[in-house]
Amino acid sequence: MSLRKNYQHAVKQFQPKPSYIANSLKAFISGGLLCACGEALRKLYMNGFNVSAVNADHLMMLTIILLAVLFTALGVYDTFSQFAGAGATILLSGFANSLASAAIEHRSEGWVGGVANQMFKVGGAVIVYGVVVAFVLGVVHYIV
Amino acid sequence: MEYWIAFFVGGLICGLAQFIIDRANVAQIHMVAVLVSFGAILGALGVYDSLVSVAGAGALLPMSGFGYLLVKGIWSHGTEQGWTNIGAGIFQFVGLELSFTIVLSFFAAIIWKPRG
Repeated sequence: MSLRKNYQHAVKQFQPKPSYIANSLKAFISGGLLCACGEALRKLYMNGFNVSAVNADHLMMLTIILLAVLFTALGVYDTFSQFAGAGATILLSGFANSLASAAIEHRSEGWVGGVANQMFKVGGAVIVYGVVVAFVLGVVHYIV
Repeated sequence: MEYWIAFFVGGLICGLAQFIIDRANVAQIHMVAVLVSFGAILGALGVYDSLVSVAGAGALLPMSGFGYLLVKGIWSHGTEQGWTNIGAGIFQFVGLELSFTIVLSFFAAIIWKPRG
């Protein structure tokens, strides 16, 4: 244990420090721009196409998902998320990206064992934790 | 004006998440799971409702909006049918997005081959 600690201490001064401010700023700008685009789409559907507010929200999210899957398949989204960090992975488009990239990546292992089984390799955590927390809250809400 | 609010709210969530990822040295998917749970809790408290009405896409597009929509589905389903509504209403608002993502990913895997 002490050897390991010693090593970690010795190696620390040679490791590059992550630039907190620059990374956060990149995530802020790219995530914010994506959200502003989503808002513009929402306004466009609501005012331009006379869609109801609820359906405009749905259509906006579906458009973002469609674009995210398309850019993932073309290999553009990887480059973007390397630049933006959390600004690309934390949004709904990042969820779509994780599903699509896992599905495409495991295509060679077969349609059931590869694509279908591995699709939720990364994105499954979102669904599991979301459903568990929401379900528990729903039970509490029902009892109280 | 609404675009600026969406920009700042969405950007702030992303920037803060990136800062925590760098600072606490956690994986990105851990951060997303925490964010979804956080959004569900804020949605249950009724805070996220007003955030969505102010920021629009800036609050819906981050994954905390996913958790909020899950909770909103349970809440809006009502309680007149008893406890069965908890599970029945949970995917009321995100079911469309979820199934669309799965179907699109499947077709993307049919059309495109992995690169590299």
